[in-house]
Amino acid sequence: MLARAEVALVWKLFQHDVAHQRKRIALTVLAIAWGTLSIVLLLSFGEGMKLSFHRGSRGMGEGIGVVWPGATTRAFMGLPSGRPVRFTEEDVGLLRVRIPEIEAISVEYSRRTGLTAGTKTVNARVRGVEPEFGELRNLIPQPGGRFLNELDIAEKRRVVFLGEELARDLFGREDVAGETVLVNQSSFLVIGVMQTKIMMGMYSGPDKNQATIPATTFKAMWTDERPDNFVYKPGSLELGDQAKAEIYRVLGRKYHFDPEDTRSLGIWDTRENQRITGNIALGIQLFLGIIGALTLFVGGMGVANIMYAVVKERTREIGVKMALGAKVRQVMAPFVMEALVMTVIGGVLGTAVSLGLITLLAALPLEGEALQLLGTPTFSPAIAAATALILGAIGTAAGYFPARRAASIHPAVSLRYE
Amino acid sequence: MTMIRMRAIRKVYSTGRVEVTALKGVDLDIGGNEYVAVVGPSGSGKSTLMNILGCLDTPTSGEYVLSGESVGGLDRNRLAEIRNRHVGFVFQNFNLLPYATALENVELPLLFGGVPTRERRERAAAMLERVDLADRMDHKPTELSGGQMQRVAIARALVNRPAMVLADEPTGNLDTASGKGIVGLFEELHAAGQTIVMITHDMGLARLASRIVQIRDGEVVLDQGGAAPHSPGPPARSAGVNPAPLAAAP
Repeated sequence: MLARAEVALVWKLFQHDVAHQRKRIALTVLAIAWGTLSIVLLLSFGEGMKLSFHRGSRGMGEGIGVVWPGATTRAFMGLPSGRPVRFTEEDVGLLRVRIPEIEAISVEYSRRTGLTAGTKTVNARVRGVEPEFGELRNLIPQPGGRFLNELDIAEKRRVVFLGEELARDLFGREDVAGETVLVNQSSFLVIGVMQTKIMMGMYSGPDKNQATIPATTFKAMWTDERPDNFVYKPGSLELGDQAKAEIYRVLGRKYHFDPEDTRSLGIWDTRENQRITGNIALGIQLFLGIIGALTLFVGGMGVANIMYAVVKERTREIGVKMALGAKVRQVMAPFVMEALVMTVIGGVLGTAVSLGLITLLAALPLEGEALQLLGTPTFSPAIAAATALILGAIGTAAGYFPARRAASIHPAVSLRYE
Repeated sequence: MTMIRMRAIRKVYSTGRVEVTALKGVDLDIGGNEYVAVVGPSGSGKSTLMNILGCLDTPTSGEYVLSGESVGGLDRNRLAEIRNRHVGFVFQNFNLLPYATALENVELPLLFGGVPTRERRERAAAMLERVDLADRMDHKPTELSGGQMQRVAIARALVNRPAMVLADEPTGNLDTASGKGIVGLFEELHAAGQTIVMITHDMGLARLASRIVQIRDGEVVLDQGGAAPHSPGPPARSAGVNPAPLAAAP
């Protein structure tokens, strides 16, 4: 009964405040709403950027390694240093069999040549690979198309998988599966076109400008060609170091170089890049989050400031209430309640507006690579939780401290306060 | 029956290095249905005495029993409860909440005391009727005259049936006619059995009480019971240096 009467009293006092100090309350709510808007938008942009970084850093392939021929830098088993190390397609088969830590592996031949569709000829990079390459390097076909398969390899088929920009350059459109294109004057069937993807790391140019054909077909057309490199993926990220060491060991035994001589083969381990981009994205998100939180704290300080002023302004009123028998919590509660209600209203308002803005931005078509990399702002539960936590802390502090001050005033003193 | 029992009440204010003794050991007993005026020049300690009487402040030492409850050593919330139940305040400047109606102002002590809404309304309305403000219940203080505001304040002071009404210069901010009305109301209340303690420096007003307690330099210098009319004695009020009894004038 008592508690309910108190709640009623607090609510009544709050209503009085709202009715009599509309402008002050509106401005305070606005400050909180603006702070919330800032933090939600900043964190959402950070989240969107993190996601697009995440996608981008995996655009070339997730956790893969790329191996190029190298040269020894130390003498080994009577052989001099500076000796080139070159591998063959058979070596790739050997590694596939000998290293269980490797989940998938593909050889890659590569050269520039002319591609012709109708009257249009484009000079582009053509590479010869195995079916695993698609999965390894994230070459996902658009609907209606496919990547190379085992039969293409076995029968040395004249089929080609096109990067989407190359397809546009040749045909002026992207849905060209089933069309015919001349590769180095030979007729090839287009079996698929790549889906657009963001690549933050690449070698020998972006995938969207390249044509991909079976390794066996490539070898048949350019017989003297040796593999440019091979691409592998360890069974898990943790197995990456072991797989790398095994590659040096197996090939080192065959080509007589020291497995410790890491320059004898060039290996690009993309796990490292992914770790770095992940950290950069996290750093950016943290930075944006801190800016947002600071903005919100400025808003919160505004609220606290206003609440302090209100307490001062109402010192006499507090004294009267105390003289009439109000207990400490009965004096404090209206102030805490006022601050909390303003924070909640401001927070809900700010979140609603920012969600609206995020939805609007997400619906807008984004053109240009910079915007693509920025990503679309994404609202996540973590952001909601962080915002609620910060808002709650600010609301409580902004209400509690002025209220404690209000209740600490001695009634005999506050009654005299002018 | 003793409503108020004060023994050797001392109050020392210390601000940094300076210590000011506002009350130097006051003994005071006030019985039920007494109408007491506490008089004294400013700086005499009468405000301090009022604060302690009203449980707004606690004495540095001494014993204070109000309505059978010893007030010494109570925490703020217990003091608030005692003020709520036993003391009804009437201030010089009314101290009504400006945004609340007359009825809501009168309801406040009941609200703090946890009285249910319906009963609160009824009791507050009845009390406003008693002070002849039945037709002003929904008016805000700004829509009332000074005398009406003080009537609302008196209704508020009475609504919780306190042991004592503690009035601090209740007519200080009123014109003569309104002041007379308030004084008349006090006499009515006294006649109905209410204990009233009035703090004032107006001897004319004090003389209407049934007992005068004069404070000077933190001590009770005169405690005169009975409502015998006293001759006007400006020296007693204004001199301040002369501790002569008020009754010595004629």
